[in-house]
Amino acid sequence: MTDAPTTRPGLSELDRPNSYIGRAVPRPNLKRLMQGRGQYVSDMSLPRMAHVVFLRSPYAHARILGIDSAEAAAMPGVIAIVTGPELAKVCTPWVGVLSHLKGLKSAPQYPIAVDRACWQGEAVAAIVATSRAAAEDAAERVMVDYEELEPVADMRTALDAATPVIHPELGDNLAFERNLDAGAVDAAFAEADHVVEAEFVFGRHTGVTLEPRSILADWNPGDERLTVYQGTQAPHMMQNIFAKHLALDESQVRVVCKDVGGSFGIKVHVYADDMATAALSKLLRRPVKFVADRLESFNTDIHARDHRCKGRAAVKADGTITAFEIDDLTGIGPYSVYPRTSAIEANQVVNLVGGPYTTPNYRARARVVFQNKNVTCQYRAVGHPIACSVTEGLVDLAAAAIGMDPADIRRRNLIADDAYPCASPSGLRFEALSHHAALDKLLAMMDYSALRAEQAALRAKGIHRGIGLASFIEVTNPSPAFYGVGGARISSQDGVAVRMDATGAIICQTSITEQGQGSEALTAQIVASMLGVPMSRVRVTLGDTDNTPYGGGTWASRGAGIGGEAALQAGKQLRRNILAAAASILQADPDTLDIRDGKIIDAATGAERVPLEELARIVYYRPDTLPPGFQAEMMAVRHFVPRDFPFAFTNGIQASWLEVDTETGFITLLNHWVVEDCGTIINPQLVDEQIRGGVVQGLGAALFEHCRYDERGQLTNATMADYLVPMAAEMPDIDVGHIVSPTKDGELGAKGAGEAGTAGAAACVANAVNDALSPFGARITEIPLTPELILTALGRI
Amino acid sequence: MKAAAFNYARAASVDEAVQMLVRGGGGAKLLAGGQSLLPALNLRLMSLDLLVDITGIAALRGIRVEGGTLKIGAMTRHADLLTSPEIAAHAPLLAKAIAHVAHPAIRNRGTIGGNLAHADPASELPACMLALGATLVIQGPSGQRRVQAADFFLGLYQTALAPDEILIAIELPALASGERAFFHEYARRMGDYAIVGLAAQGKPAGDRIDALRLVYFGVGERAGSCPAAARILQQRHSPAILAEAQAALAADLQPQNDHQASAAMRLHLARTLLARCVNELLGRAEASA
Repeated sequence: MTDAPTTRPGLSELDRPNSYIGRAVPRPNLKRLMQGRGQYVSDMSLPRMAHVVFLRSPYAHARILGIDSAEAAAMPGVIAIVTGPELAKVCTPWVGVLSHLKGLKSAPQYPIAVDRACWQGEAVAAIVATSRAAAEDAAERVMVDYEELEPVADMRTALDAATPVIHPELGDNLAFERNLDAGAVDAAFAEADHVVEAEFVFGRHTGVTLEPRSILADWNPGDERLTVYQGTQAPHMMQNIFAKHLALDESQVRVVCKDVGGSFGIKVHVYADDMATAALSKLLRRPVKFVADRLESFNTDIHARDHRCKGRAAVKADGTITAFEIDDLTGIGPYSVYPRTSAIEANQVVNLVGGPYTTPNYRARARVVFQNKNVTCQYRAVGHPIACSVTEGLVDLAAAAIGMDPADIRRRNLIADDAYPCASPSGLRFEALSHHAALDKLLAMMDYSALRAEQAALRAKGIHRGIGLASFIEVTNPSPAFYGVGGARISSQDGVAVRMDATGAIICQTSITEQGQGSEALTAQIVASMLGVPMSRVRVTLGDTDNTPYGGGTWASRGAGIGGEAALQAGKQLRRNILAAAASILQADPDTLDIRDGKIIDAATGAERVPLEELARIVYYRPDTLPPGFQAEMMAVRHFVPRDFPFAFTNGIQASWLEVDTETGFITLLNHWVVEDCGTIINPQLVDEQIRGGVVQGLGAALFEHCRYDERGQLTNATMADYLVPMAAEMPDIDVGHIVSPTKDGELGAKGAGEAGTAGAAACVANAVNDALSPFGARITEIPLTPELILTALGRI
Repeated sequence: MKAAAFNYARAASVDEAVQMLVRGGGGAKLLAGGQSLLPALNLRLMSLDLLVDITGIAALRGIRVEGGTLKIGAMTRHADLLTSPEIAAHAPLLAKAIAHVAHPAIRNRGTIGGNLAHADPASELPACMLALGATLVIQGPSGQRRVQAADFFLGLYQTALAPDEILIAIELPALASGERAFFHEYARRMGDYAIVGLAAQGKPAGDRIDALRLVYFGVGERAGSCPAAARILQQRHSPAILAEAQAALAADLQPQNDHQASAAMRLHLARTLLARCVNELLGRAEASA
């Protein structure tokens, strides 16, 4: 563990000409994207391409009595109008369960509702036409006869006997329940000096990608192959699923994913619309395209959170927190989403509560219930913001109960930096974390004691500012423990192929994908560093099941740690192969040679021996001049999956400094600080961007973003005017610092950084708001923290 | 989100545009800046037979001062109002308000006439027209007519404009000596529709405010004047007078409940705005919480 150096005195091994690891080099795809030359699915067009529009249920729960499409079918440009029962003949239904989530149940879901719509926005018919506009015109003329059914809209009553059961064959509305009891919880509470408790409420929100979900499916009856161009995080997973449900072999399906306008977890799931589009292409034997419009995005992109979590903590007078207990309830919509399931978030909440602390006694219950709303599933920092907000809210309550400073109580209870490896009461195994170093660095960055003095001085003048802290752990680099062990065909390993072509250029294919995180950049950085060539010489291909190694893709903060390690190993192997060929040509010992700046050199003296382009010329065009029996291998492939730990946990701490206008309830964010430890930093700028972007999404959840449903299960704010995403004007400066504890599970040492910002941002904002409101005796444990909530808590309205 | 098909015609003059509206019957709409109309069409919240594009009529643009009157062409863009020295000098209330209208991209296209004709109750500009005592110049098949702002805004998205009439200009009395303007709004994010806003103008005289016009927006179905509160504030300022004026807002305003805010919160914020307004107009330090 080391503090990340801010300045680099002297030279290190990274100061070789082609060492790009640890450097903020620009991403190779920047110029293309900045010039508007990206290749997004939403912009693609193919000959004979048709557009599909889905007619969607206006009711949260309704029986479909009949669909009359005769008038619509005769409209100009209409190619076909297809209903659920018709499409069910082409595409089989799916059930979103995993075997390691014991007891998880769900009902079969079809690409288009067959006889019943279970949420407002579920597709009930597909209208395929020559243009989106023509399809929308026709959709207005499709007459559906509905019988509205009673919706299940409130998760708190979903399990009541009087509440209708959404899927009667399942027996009840309970999708999943997990109970955990570790240590001696009852004794700890009995022996506590103080017990603090609260109910924490988390609104539903969603990912809001700039480019909506987009898919263009092209069934070619001549090749008997389905090519799917899709903005997805997991091309190989989608290949398997299209094949499985459309009665094809996997080899008959190619998934191509070029540029993607944001994902955040939204684009790693199987959507009924996407399955229907692929099925329609097969049915109609032509390319069919679907691009969700913004209204559809709000109604059908997975939502997330929507938890109500009761929490308790036991604390001793000296500040030792001896027990945590939680009871979490979440509503997931009418189906568990396929194939990753909608039980993972609640499961993560159980795993992660109390995670940064030494507290040995922990009891948890999580219940996941069905409801007639859009489905929820994994979105950036799955479960983390809930676990972090509950834990950190309880820690602040405990500090207040015993009159201890929030920084001091954390220092007292955080796992010591020399205590690793160790495990949490919920069974999480930690390889090497740095909570105390992170806390110390954070307090120094924000000048904590000066800020406290400023807060006190301003409070005397009627200005109410608050400081909030939130320690967190983050799940990254998942092994098969996440999905594979539960039977999902989702690869947790990734592969990278690297080859040198006949001009000395480096071609690299990786199974991780790029949606803006910088996967392409980090792959090129690592490969160039390993080979000793300028980065400009490396070209990276991603997102094509025909043309990359098999792998998982980009989700759960895994791209850099897993795909990066595969790139490192592939680069190293190709380097060995190149040096072997060079040694053979130069009649030298390979150990005396090196590659630097694209040239074979003498390792000891640095003298140039032969440029790579000359080596490549000989290898490819004059192999006859090589010694007999020597075969040059100018391509190397390596795969990697973490084996020592199921997950590479990272850690960090965040702080918020904000002002609450107690007259209006408005919050002004003044500053935000993050110190995180993602191990080896491949590209500091990309890591900081990931942290800041993650924080902003966490701040959105804390203050703004909310999918608001009414009591009939109607989403009432499905526009960008009414659903408030965080915007630049309201965002504070976000200062990012690092502690570096590389993972030894692999040579690169990189852990994930994509979700750390989101994990803790809302928790520290909520703590800061409550800190600001402490003179009023008001406390709020609900997000988003709207002015109305604050005015209500202050008793002003 | 594709608009249903409609016909499109580009008018070269106001007379031609009026003729097009007459021929279109009730199914024609004017395209000014398009910042509210086009989203509504794309969302299929409305449909129309004919879109009459008046963006090319140069005579409808521009700001000039004639005598004590500021004349603004209806197709003048928000961005032009924001940077106009005439507006800043003679209608500072409007200059302050425009800064709160949405975002630069919208201000670059949106027009004052389009905004007023749309009559969105959460918009800043109808309130400014009422506070400034604007006269709206309207042209129709039978010539021009002038309507006072107080008679123009009738309700939710409703104005005194007939389907075949065009709002062509706005006339504002220039700021008189001794008059001061106040504008503020509470919105969740910069550029959002306000939960509550207040446009006010009056003549501070010692610790009284004469000729005060208070107009709230975002509260109720249209911009709302508050004459009762304004009358109370003509008395010498005191905490009791302010409290009395704040209490009187309950009679003047009809706040609604929606997902932005409850009626109770709107009324609370309206009262907070009033205190802020009085303090600013009287040049007093902001009252502390």
